[in-house]
Amino acid sequence: MKPRKVPTPGWNFEYLMWLFIRISGAAMFLLALIGFVGALAMGARTQMDLGTLMRWTFFPNPNHVLNSNIVDIAPWANAYWQIMQLAIVFFGATHGFNGLRLILEEYIHSWGWHMFLRLVLLILWLITLGAGFFLVLTS
Amino acid sequence: MTLPRRVPLSAALRYRGGGPMWAWILHRISGLSMIIFVALHVLAGFGIQQLGSDWAIWYNTLYESLAFQLFIYFCVIFHAVNGLRIIILDTWPALIKFQREFIWLEWAIVLPVYALTAWIMIQNSLGG
Repeated sequence: MKPRKVPTPGWNFEYLMWLFIRISGAAMFLLALIGFVGALAMGARTQMDLGTLMRWTFFPNPNHVLNSNIVDIAPWANAYWQIMQLAIVFFGATHGFNGLRLILEEYIHSWGWHMFLRLVLLILWLITLGAGFFLVLTS
Repeated sequence: MTLPRRVPLSAALRYRGGGPMWAWILHRISGLSMIIFVALHVLAGFGIQQLGSDWAIWYNTLYESLAFQLFIYFCVIFHAVNGLRIIILDTWPALIKFQREFIWLEWAIVLPVYALTAWIMIQNSLGG
């Protein structure tokens, strides 16, 4: 039995993604907190039900609060919240697709399949990011 | 670079890892659910706005149903708190001595937060 290949410690791809998963996870905590506090500061206490407040917290998009009983939608739609949304979409999609890659690679042991799955996930990641960014910038 | 391990299912089911093992399984299930459903939700949003697709409307109606919201909200809360536990234990490895206590602490946060929200969501959907 030949010894298994262990990646050299240091700044390799797996280490960078390990680091990214933790940083993006913490970043999404912060972004959700900003959305939550921001919504309350803009009057969510009287204008929103709980479901709408949660939708705003996890993805502060005016489309998410459009059907609620909000008198003036203007404070909910501006560049500041668009930047927050872009950050959430980027961190969320990248965190999630990397997690999907980690899970798939734990159950599939062939190098060829790994490379194929990485290509498929890379394309899906870019499509999701593209659709998400388009929605943020046009709503 | 995983080792190919040949563990039969019967042996895997007999493994008793306790709290951390269940947290690992739930973290995996909730993470998979979120990336699949949220990615589809983003694509459905694009489909509704740009194409008016029937599947996108159908999917978002499903997404907004109470059962689905309760499920995905559990995934979000559990994945978030468990992720925080992982970050803390990875950053301060000395705390691994208390990993069982961390599991209890985690459930002590997740369950009340989830139960309160679920209660309000169910009451609202019943017209309360």
